[in-house]
Amino acid sequence: MEYILIIISAIFVNNIVLAQFLGICPFLGVSNKVNTAIGMSGAVTFVMVLASMVTYLIQTYVLNKLGIAFMQTITFILVIAALVQMVEIILKKVSQPLYQALGIFLPLITTNCAVLGVAILVIKKNYNLIEGVIYSAATAIGFGLALVILAGIREQLDLADIPKGMKGVPVSLVIAGILALAFMGFTGIVK
Amino acid sequence: MNQLQNFTKGFIRENPILVLVLGTCPTLATTSSSLNGLGMGIATTFVLVGSNVVVSMLSGIIPEKVRIPAFVVIIASFVTIVDLLMQAYSPVLYVKLGIFIPLIVVNCIVLGRAEAFASKNTVFSSFVDGLGMGLGFTMALGVLGAIREIIGSGALFGYKFIRGDGILVFILAPGAFIALGYMIAIVNRIRKVK
Repeated sequence: MEYILIIISAIFVNNIVLAQFLGICPFLGVSNKVNTAIGMSGAVTFVMVLASMVTYLIQTYVLNKLGIAFMQTITFILVIAALVQMVEIILKKVSQPLYQALGIFLPLITTNCAVLGVAILVIKKNYNLIEGVIYSAATAIGFGLALVILAGIREQLDLADIPKGMKGVPVSLVIAGILALAFMGFTGIVK
Repeated sequence: MNQLQNFTKGFIRENPILVLVLGTCPTLATTSSSLNGLGMGIATTFVLVGSNVVVSMLSGIIPEKVRIPAFVVIIASFVTIVDLLMQAYSPVLYVKLGIFIPLIVVNCIVLGRAEAFASKNTVFSSFVDGLGMGLGFTMALGVLGAIREIIGSGALFGYKFIRGDGILVFILAPGAFIALGYMIAIVNRIRKVK
């Protein structure tokens, strides 16, 4: 039951993009087409779960043991950058089709603040390892959901007549605002 | 380009938020009031100036191939300094900004300026660039925060001057997206006219 609460809360109530403002850059950047949006959210899910697992273990067994918790920011960003690089190399060797699908998105993920954000949030919320993994997976699904919805709307938007100044980023932001308004309807499902 | 132009380019012409659209995450998240926005802006400016200066000092020493990880370590060090300083001297703001202080590390503006400007220019002009860009960022955050606070609660810097409750949604998440969207649209419009 507790796990289900974490999942629903991370996907709908505290949606990482629309309620917590993390990962806005890829949210605006790769939401032109539904297909790329799906590829991006797949890559993010993969890296996010892996990264929060590894950073959790490092925080508990290295940083806390040595009493250098203030090194968190530096350690985490380096671990995530190294991890992304490693995943890219391994995927290229092991599974060519998966690499083809996710490959181009992987380098972009290092600078995705959602990955570092979730890694830090897992520590801040005092989750254990299983809760942390479930939380990060659910958060990634929430990210994918928001990304795919926005991409779907933007595909239709190509046909619409938008004022010149609003084209591109501004209109995407306003749409995201309306989406966020819709997601606010989920508030109260989970305490 | 002289130093004055170098300093002022971040204000409007190359404003990191309104023109380059970098660093949108902290922009949306921390502008629920003008004070929070300014606090975040000042913290980012500090990191930006510090990392710009150190990166330009070390630009001859860091090997080309490992420059990005090296820049990230430099930036992360300054972020840790800001994190500890804020925790000690302004605990209220520290709690309000929360997770977005460590996340200055992944703010595209900071790494962007290190890579695009500081690694190729002198220490002094990197310092000026960092300060100008930081102030442009702070200004945009302050204005967005003020707009949201005025519409959302009829107050500015915590002083209420409009009676009634205001449109609460502007302080919440949706208002951030909508307000920033229209702000960028207006700046686009002004730049086209010029």
